[in-house]
Amino acid sequence: MLGFVLWGVLAEGLFGVVAVAGRRVTSIGTVIYGGCLAVSLSVALTAVLFLVQGGAPANDALILPIGLPWLHAHFRLDVLSAFFLFVVGLGGAAVSLFALGHSRHPNKHYPDPTRILPFYPLFLAAMTLVLVADDAFVFLFSWEFMSLSSWLLVLANHREKGNADAAFIYLVMAGIGTVALLFAFGLLAGVEGHYAFSAMRGAPHTVALATAVLLLALIGAGGKAGIVPLHIWLPLAHPSAPSWVSALMSGVMTKVAVYGFIRLTFDLVGPGQWWWGGLVMAIGGVTAVMGVLKALMQHDLKRLLAYHTVENIGIIFIALGLALAFGANHRPALAALALTAALLHVFNHSVFKSLLFIGSGAVLWATGNRNMERQGGLIHRMPGTALAFLLGSAAISALPPLNGFVSEWLLLQGLLFGPQLPQWPMKMEIPIVAAMLALSAALAATCFVKAFGIVFLGRPRTPEAAQAPETDRYSLTAMFFLAGLCVLVGILPAPILDLIEPAVRLLSGETMAGAEGTNWLWLVPVDAARSSYSGLAMLVLTALAAVTLSLLIRRYLSHGVRRSAAWDCGFPDDSPSSQYTASSFAQPIRRVFGTALLAAREEVTMPEPGDTSPARFEVRLTDYAWNWFYRPPGRLVLSLAEWTSVMQRQSIRRYLGFMFATLIILLMVGMSWN
Amino acid sequence: MEFSDPKVQLQIAYLLGGSMVVVNFALLYQSRMSSVINAFAIHATILGLAVAWQANVQNAPNLYITAAIALVFKALALPAALHYVVRKLNVHRTVEMVFGTGLTMMAGVALVGLAVMIMQPVTQHSGALVTIDLIFAMAVLFLGVLMMITRRNAVTQVIGFMAMENGLILAAVGVHGMPLVVEISVALAVLVAFIVFGLFLFRIRERFYSLDVRYLDPDSRIPQ
Amino acid sequence: MELITEGLIQIAQTALVLALAPGLTGLVRWVKARLLRRRGTPILQVYSDFARLLRKKVVVAHNASWLFRLVPYLVFNAVWTAASLVPTFSTQLLFAPAADLIALIALLSSARFGLALGALDIGTSFGGLGASREMMIASLAEPAMLMIVFTVSLFAGTTHLPAVAEYMSQHQAFLQVSVLLAAIAMVIVSLAETARIPVDNPATHLELTMVHEAMVLEYSGRHLALIEAAGSLKLVLYLSLFCCLFVPWGIAHQAATPLDILAGLGIWVIKLAVGAVLLAVLETCLAKMRLFRLADLLGGGFLFGLLSVILMFVFGSL
Repeated sequence: MLGFVLWGVLAEGLFGVVAVAGRRVTSIGTVIYGGCLAVSLSVALTAVLFLVQGGAPANDALILPIGLPWLHAHFRLDVLSAFFLFVVGLGGAAVSLFALGHSRHPNKHYPDPTRILPFYPLFLAAMTLVLVADDAFVFLFSWEFMSLSSWLLVLANHREKGNADAAFIYLVMAGIGTVALLFAFGLLAGVEGHYAFSAMRGAPHTVALATAVLLLALIGAGGKAGIVPLHIWLPLAHPSAPSWVSALMSGVMTKVAVYGFIRLTFDLVGPGQWWWGGLVMAIGGVTAVMGVLKALMQHDLKRLLAYHTVENIGIIFIALGLALAFGANHRPALAALALTAALLHVFNHSVFKSLLFIGSGAVLWATGNRNMERQGGLIHRMPGTALAFLLGSAAISALPPLNGFVSEWLLLQGLLFGPQLPQWPMKMEIPIVAAMLALSAALAATCFVKAFGIVFLGRPRTPEAAQAPETDRYSLTAMFFLAGLCVLVGILPAPILDLIEPAVRLLSGETMAGAEGTNWLWLVPVDAARSSYSGLAMLVLTALAAVTLSLLIRRYLSHGVRRSAAWDCGFPDDSPSSQYTASSFAQPIRRVFGTALLAAREEVTMPEPGDTSPARFEVRLTDYAWNWFYRPPGRLVLSLAEWTSVMQRQSIRRYLGFMFATLIILLMVGMSWN
Repeated sequence: MEFSDPKVQLQIAYLLGGSMVVVNFALLYQSRMSSVINAFAIHATILGLAVAWQANVQNAPNLYITAAIALVFKALALPAALHYVVRKLNVHRTVEMVFGTGLTMMAGVALVGLAVMIMQPVTQHSGALVTIDLIFAMAVLFLGVLMMITRRNAVTQVIGFMAMENGLILAAVGVHGMPLVVEISVALAVLVAFIVFGLFLFRIRERFYSLDVRYLDPDSRIPQ
Repeated sequence: MELITEGLIQIAQTALVLALAPGLTGLVRWVKARLLRRRGTPILQVYSDFARLLRKKVVVAHNASWLFRLVPYLVFNAVWTAASLVPTFSTQLLFAPAADLIALIALLSSARFGLALGALDIGTSFGGLGASREMMIASLAEPAMLMIVFTVSLFAGTTHLPAVAEYMSQHQAFLQVSVLLAAIAMVIVSLAETARIPVDNPATHLELTMVHEAMVLEYSGRHLALIEAAGSLKLVLYLSLFCCLFVPWGIAHQAATPLDILAGLGIWVIKLAVGAVLLAVLETCLAKMRLFRLADLLGGGFLFGLLSVILMFVFGSL
């Protein structure tokens, strides 16, 4: 099966070449995206087959004589990578289908396809390759390849203002991340340099070394996923790429980063310290709350979604931290519960985030604008997109009976067991983290009421929005496929939990107690007497009641609708600008949290009486991450550069002297070393 | 419900001590001077009840005297005197806070958490009653100090001080009582302190026409 | 046999919460009027109001979408489902395992999500105002609610509501200071969630003060009836939830005789009536808070909840 996956990677690599060769052919987009769709689907199916067999050929490993001449490349497919392959394949397939539809109807808002087509399949191939890598070399190589190909895709729209900056920041942050991962693998490999994962896994590690690896993994993999304060590149880079690439980056690539973190900390390092869990949970909690608060303040639809990715990554890291804490305290069953929540949220987020990003792509295609303040009333013009986007919004807001709720519910159940940990700091931390989780879920709901309400509901704010055409059938199919998954996994999570179970067992040695003898209707995390949930029962009850009720009322009491002007307390205003806007919707939240957490400053300029200039209202938001973590080193580098620039203004004689001195010093160091 | 059941006894002690902490939060939350004084009266009343309950549980009649002192002096006399002072001085009815309510309350909860984490290991080998009692006493103490720190008005600082002192008494009775002499002397000391504070208040009032303690800073920059 | 009993109780409860909801709202209104020395409308007036609204034709704005017309059904049925899952007079509910306390709260959030979207659909300024404020209040109330869940779960070891009710009635929960604190937090959260004074004023149409009413301004006829009924049901739900968590005495347990169930029913109705009177008194004594003071109130609720969790740790570790 591994061979099949590798053939898929190779095929995607070939698509890249084909895209360059056939750039003059008009239907090349259809070929490339169609090919990617087929490969991604088959990779996902392979992964499912592998998981259903319970990872039967446990050592599905290959050693290929490629790469550096004296180093062979190791590949392996285990249940963990199979689960993530499933996520990547599924997301890749849906997104490719959307891209297929859009490549057939290009419009003027779209970048030159020759800037996207060659890199898109390479990006998919790199993500797949990261998941099957079984040594540090292949892992880092494909990791870096993934960063670079996505960087090129971010640059596709390079003429648009801000995109080049976004791409630059992305490249720098990706570089820092890779260096951190390089060090992490270096530490794990030890002095002998065992670069294969199997060797690292068995080797004993001291606590200090393991802790260093954890921190480096947080910087490398966590930064790629978007944890605070390493998230700054994400809301810049993700929205700058074409919408389907944004969907891949947010929905899928961040999951590959989560995979990297899990592989390093849970698999290669082995059992950890309890306070690791505390650290990771704290970072996750802060990430979740800050991500959603920043998202609420955006009025660029795609940037809003990108900040939500930060929030969801925070939720995943809370779950991973909880699993680490339970694992370190020898509570494998509870660690399994937390891990199940984490992996289920990985799957869920990839589904609804891809859905929302391609939905925003459809809006962008239809109206040519990402700014929410210039949309409105799209539900009338784009009913299909609106329905799919609505389902995705409800899912990401963790509302039952959709899938986002299932994973957050499982995580909350895990957190409710948190006080059983013996360490007092953990006992104190866990309720606070849980409150952060609840707050971020509630704020996410607020944010998506805003996103959906301002873009799709109300009255159109611009002529473009009033004339927006519905998107094409391929794109709609992709959206409804993902929206269907949101509903299906929400009401019947059991099949997905079965796919997660082998990976959880691999990492924690146990399985979620309720998953055994799975009852497909009830979701029971630990014990039926403690808590249970059934989205299906809820949905059936509510829907049955709704249908009967509406039929009864319409049959016996009243039916029919009279259309009239809006009431609005008697003073309806014709101008669409009298509606609430995205920023006015967020104003109460900004007022409550803004000054403390976002450093929001509001400035009102009122002209003097008699002055005819307009009154102005300005809101300025600062990201503390920039002020605290990036400005100081930036200033340091600048002053250092200033200082060393003295060296660039010397005579040739002096330069010769410097070089000679360096040589002498090196020789002396070499001498004393021996 | 059986009052001689040790578990129930424990729960009632716990309830009274916990209520003191809660009233302490009410003290932090109030924004009007008279409500702060009333909340303090409730604080002292609960202290009296807690001490009386301990007297009952520990069979220590001398504690009843402590309880009576708390009820008479702190719950009735002191608040009445404070109301008189506030009326007489005609100080602002609103309490001036250094930080916002939310921040102060959050700091308060953090301090309670800290109290738990400090006392839990220390008292591991003593009985449950002692542990709970000391945790609450510590929390009350911390919150009293917090109140003194976060208020600008001298009257509220006095109340913060008194609340802190209530915490001390709570701690003392929990560990099987302290000698009556000590208790009475503490009570007297508080009384003296109150008189001193009162005089002090009148004095700053005369001098600065305000009770804002910032005026006492040598480098105060408040326009007079 | 047990299945049949549970099914019958479930049906009875589902019907009863709906039947009692308007009466409860009427009772609160009547007591409030009496406290203000007005005569007040008869308690049963609310029923005829609903009947009248249901028979009226719906007037919908020109640009309303399908979502606007779907929302009332969605909101009403989500709240109704939630209300039928709270143990009120008996813990034997057939569908109780479908949702624990967390899922129940989340189901109400779904209803709120729908309502806020319905408010934005017409594109009037009042709709946006209401939706934006409602979502802010909900965001602040949610962490406080979770702290209550934490306390309950730490104390009773479960979030399955029938099990919580049974545990709470067998242990002297009211003696626990942290349970008391959680109850205070629950009162604050309930006032916010049911849109009562001091958070929202159900009897006003004043721009500065209204939250919930601003959202439903555009609804009329049967749609309005459903939304108002959902509001009444929410009141029943939160009162019942409060009773179930903190004063579950008299609730019929597993293996209860029919007589016990009848007694439980009577006690539940009495509890609801007492709760309604207390609510009316509370609303009469308090003034509506300024919108941005709510952050202090709900933040206070959250801190009480957090304090109760911390104190629960202390107790639990003994």
